[in-house]
Amino acid sequence: MTAQAELEADQTETMTVREAIREALREEMRRDEDVYVMGEDVGRFGGVLEVTGDLFEEFGEERVRDTPIAEAGFVGAATGAAATGTRPVVEIMFSDFMGVSMEQTMNQMAKMRYMFGGKTEMPVTVRTTEGGGMGAASQHSGTVHAWIAHFPGLKAVAPGTAASAKGLTKAAIRSDDPVFIFENKMIYEREGEVPTDEDFTVPLGEASVEREGADVTVVATQRLVGESLDVAADLEGDVSVEVIDPQSLYPLDTDTITDSIGKTGRLVVADESPLSYGIHAEVATRVVENAFYSLDAPIQRVGTPDTHMPFSPPLEQEVLPDGDGVRAAIERIT
Amino acid sequence: MSDYTLETEAGRREALRRMLLIREFDTTAGERFNDGDIPGFVHLYIGEEAVGVGTCGALEPEDYVASTHRGHGHCISKGLDPELMMAELYGKADGYCNGKGGSMHIADVEAGMLGANGIVGAGPPLATGAALTIDYQDRDQVALAFGGDGSVAQGQVHEAVNLAATWDLPAIFVIENNQYGEATPVEKQHNVDNLSDTAGAYDIPGVTVDGMDVTAVYEAVSEARDRALAGDGPTLIEAETYRYRGHYEGDHEPYRDEAEIEQWRERDAIESFKERLIERGELTEAEFEEMQAEVEETIADAVAYAKDADLPDPEQAYDDMFGEPVPEIQQFASRPRADGGTEGGDPT
Repeated sequence: MTAQAELEADQTETMTVREAIREALREEMRRDEDVYVMGEDVGRFGGVLEVTGDLFEEFGEERVRDTPIAEAGFVGAATGAAATGTRPVVEIMFSDFMGVSMEQTMNQMAKMRYMFGGKTEMPVTVRTTEGGGMGAASQHSGTVHAWIAHFPGLKAVAPGTAASAKGLTKAAIRSDDPVFIFENKMIYEREGEVPTDEDFTVPLGEASVEREGADVTVVATQRLVGESLDVAADLEGDVSVEVIDPQSLYPLDTDTITDSIGKTGRLVVADESPLSYGIHAEVATRVVENAFYSLDAPIQRVGTPDTHMPFSPPLEQEVLPDGDGVRAAIERIT
Repeated sequence: MSDYTLETEAGRREALRRMLLIREFDTTAGERFNDGDIPGFVHLYIGEEAVGVGTCGALEPEDYVASTHRGHGHCISKGLDPELMMAELYGKADGYCNGKGGSMHIADVEAGMLGANGIVGAGPPLATGAALTIDYQDRDQVALAFGGDGSVAQGQVHEAVNLAATWDLPAIFVIENNQYGEATPVEKQHNVDNLSDTAGAYDIPGVTVDGMDVTAVYEAVSEARDRALAGDGPTLIEAETYRYRGHYEGDHEPYRDEAEIEQWRERDAIESFKERLIERGELTEAEFEEMQAEVEETIADAVAYAKDADLPDPEQAYDDMFGEPVPEIQQFASRPRADGGTEGGDPT
């Protein structure tokens, strides 16, 4: 690499998570004509949470397609389109709506390559929003990524920073496998430094150590990455906290997490999904399987206590996992 | 040109041969299933041959077809190789899906076969998607989905037809009304007289044709294909037909009697088409018998091939989940096995 290229590769720009995803879509649509976006109100309207924004102006209605409100139909169509040579990027407005399209997701998209003995590619990307915090109540606030991470044949990513939002989105679109991107709607305005190199991607299955520490490892996803970093900064001097963003839920970077436990001996898993049978359990199990003798304290989980997301603000705040919960978990084991 | 077309004498003979091939394939598949040779379960197409053959005769080889759980006839109509199909039914490594799919998931995307499908109503969204690719890339093709009468009640079929109609995609939907959705009669599952009446909801042409008449099916699909290629959007075709066998092999069929089956057999698609070709001087009884013998030999060869073919190695269970493999699965694929290969199951 020339000195000039190296300099360019290192350049970053400050942008929000929302802008980072939009730029990832823009760059990939410019790079590959077979990439197009489809979903409810993604076109002229720009997306209900404004992620697709001005893409319609640049690419037009063929490549930024408004669909009927019919998730089974358009997720199924994206599956058939991906099997026959194009690379659709589908937006499901709220992840709670994924139930409508689950048949096409679990029985077609996830299984076709395998059932056909590998004789099809499935380059489809599904973006959707998750999370409580805006008073949207139970049918617009769910965190369901464990469904997809659990289901064989699908890959799942969940960005926590602007850089990973851009890098994961680009990697997902370039992948020949179905990849779901779970965007927490409360961090769309979160800013961060994002590499400007058009070939910057975050490979699927690679975690990011967002802060190094020696006493306890916090594996945090989505909104809880930033909140855990704030807690780590607050505790500096008392407790040295390592914060890892797995970035990719499936495949999951077991090595980065277990290496960290080898150093700290303590684990907190912070993820907004319901506590039972989910991401927390998977991270904990991998640590127990691979780093059991390094553990010095019981593993702690921070998540939604198996309720739906209620509407009224005091109720929502009661069940929504946050930095205070991460801090309390750290304090219990250090 | 299509593999065969009902516009020519040679094409009509080929259509008859394919119907015979389907009947022989499925009769044999049923027998070998009942013998315990073929694992799982099978849904046979016997009686419905004119729908698959009439439909695919109107398509070009590059057109896409999304099939159903009763898919053997669609595959043969589309030109798939009976040997590789039978090998798949036998769960062999040389089968179309390397033994991973079986009867309900035979697919050959390169040949335009987007798969038989174990979910009723799942094919139409896939065909709409294939039509989206065709439209997006300005290709000169169409995508067609078969569905049973039962599929018309499925929400995702409505969503798929609505999407294709709204976007004027080059899609065709062929509803095979074989009178029963599994064990329940069609009139107990739908409120319309003709299932093609549902086309009105999408403002697209809807026609009901005699599904025991290969020519009628061919003509309806040909017209639909021309319309799709002209950019005028999808057509919904209902083909009225009948399955002679149960919903699946082993179905004890309390929902119908022999007299009803006999009534439909009197209108048998193969028999009537054969008679028509003989009347037209395009076929003799002796030629038909020769054709029948050839077909029997082809299927006997397919069974012999399938029986003789190798089973997959157990570790192939870990292949083909993803284009880019994941360590979660690779750890099982790469474990040492007692037999010198690798061992699946518990990774402890």
